[in-house]
Amino acid sequence: MDPQKYWRQIPARYRLEAYKCKNCGKVFFPKRLICDNCKSREFVKAEHSDKGKLLTYTVIRTGPADFQDQTPYVIGVVESENGARLTAQIADVEPENVAIGMKLRMAFRKINKTGDAGVIMYGYKAVPEFE
Amino acid sequence: MVGIVGYGADLPRNRVRVEEIAETWGTDAPAYKRGLGLEEKSVPSPDQDTVTMSVEAARRAIRRAGIDPQEIGALYVGSESHPYAVKPSGTIVAEAIGATPECHTADYEFACKAGSEGMFVASQLVASGAVKYAMAVGADTSQGAPADALEYSAAAGAAAFIFGKENILAELEETYAFMTDTPDFWRREHMFYPKHGGRFTGEPAYFKHLCGCTEGILKKANARPEDFKFVVFHQPNAKFPQRAAKMMGFSKEQIEQGLLVPKLGNTYSGSSPMGLSAVLDVAKEGDRILMVSYGSGAGSDGFIFTATKKLEEVQDKEVHTRFLLDYNKRYLTYGQYLNYRGKIIMNLAD
Repeated sequence: MDPQKYWRQIPARYRLEAYKCKNCGKVFFPKRLICDNCKSREFVKAEHSDKGKLLTYTVIRTGPADFQDQTPYVIGVVESENGARLTAQIADVEPENVAIGMKLRMAFRKINKTGDAGVIMYGYKAVPEFE
Repeated sequence: MVGIVGYGADLPRNRVRVEEIAETWGTDAPAYKRGLGLEEKSVPSPDQDTVTMSVEAARRAIRRAGIDPQEIGALYVGSESHPYAVKPSGTIVAEAIGATPECHTADYEFACKAGSEGMFVASQLVASGAVKYAMAVGADTSQGAPADALEYSAAAGAAAFIFGKENILAELEETYAFMTDTPDFWRREHMFYPKHGGRFTGEPAYFKHLCGCTEGILKKANARPEDFKFVVFHQPNAKFPQRAAKMMGFSKEQIEQGLLVPKLGNTYSGSSPMGLSAVLDVAKEGDRILMVSYGSGAGSDGFIFTATKKLEEVQDKEVHTRFLLDYNKRYLTYGQYLNYRGKIIMNLAD
């Protein structure tokens, strides 16, 4: 990935920053320039809760080249406590122990890297909430 | 008065047992376990590094402190395993916790004492009034060469501390530093693994500096060993800190709570800071705490803290360090450990 593209995604990747349309209140994650509901261009910062539960998931056994060393791994849709949904890798749990409805929290992890010499890309993954 | 206003730790879920490493190299596991006082060590997952663990520890520190991260005016990450050779870890950590852009940051390196260097500077910046809050993180995903004695102990973990002047959890009573040029452990540029001076890492290195620093800070503070409820020494293995404690008149009970190394390994820059975090998890108002780090090269930083009533209010706001030590553990085979640490030569993708 280009460093420029990664850099633009940092607020969403690092801090789960979402943006709320000032006009109609619709929340976007990541940020958009124009609200697709009311066409407003004015937004205010909003944050996802870093806690949520697993709505659904799939186990990736044949991953894209950059993720092949992590297979099998789990990708799921996480519903945060404030109702927002996002797709994330589910880490720190074996695929056979993943269950719909399980409580999760967002953790800061290494997502990918551009070869051995390129930029390291960090972001969020969901991991089991402490019991 | 300056002190710790927030703290937190992080460590990976993976462990590799001493027996697993010993079997690979045909060495005597019981002898290593006795000699080092180690049972197992933590291993980072492929998606964890010094930066990710620093961020997790820093977030726990912020939640315990209950402060606005925008008020953190300085942030220092001490490590000998910064993910980039050139590009600071501190900028990534500061961005992730929301402390940018009005924040001074630097990465420190000093073998195993890079974390306490950050604590020293952060606390003094707050004391001088230059910044309201300053954060110091000690973190490492340390490496030992395959088959080397260090492979049994080199582990991963992080601890973060926020220093401030209000709502203090542990007052900083005294600091002291002791160092000389002693080549007991080093890694040259472009080398994968560090080298060390074997037994030379003991008497003229660890013990001289750690004991020199301890005696120096006790003298400076006009304190005696029995004045402390808890004592945390750098812990490259379990034997060294226990021996140092005995030599200087500290009891087993004083060092027990902060001695994480038997089940954690040596987390290098995270080592004594993580021990301190485990002590802060249980300390009560009025308890005096002595922490002395050690970094090869060589030197020690000493700190004396006194726990306040406020500490007890925030201890359970976040997970305790000893809880993390036992939580969701996963034991790796030596092969998995090699894979996770990137020690296997793979065929390059087309």
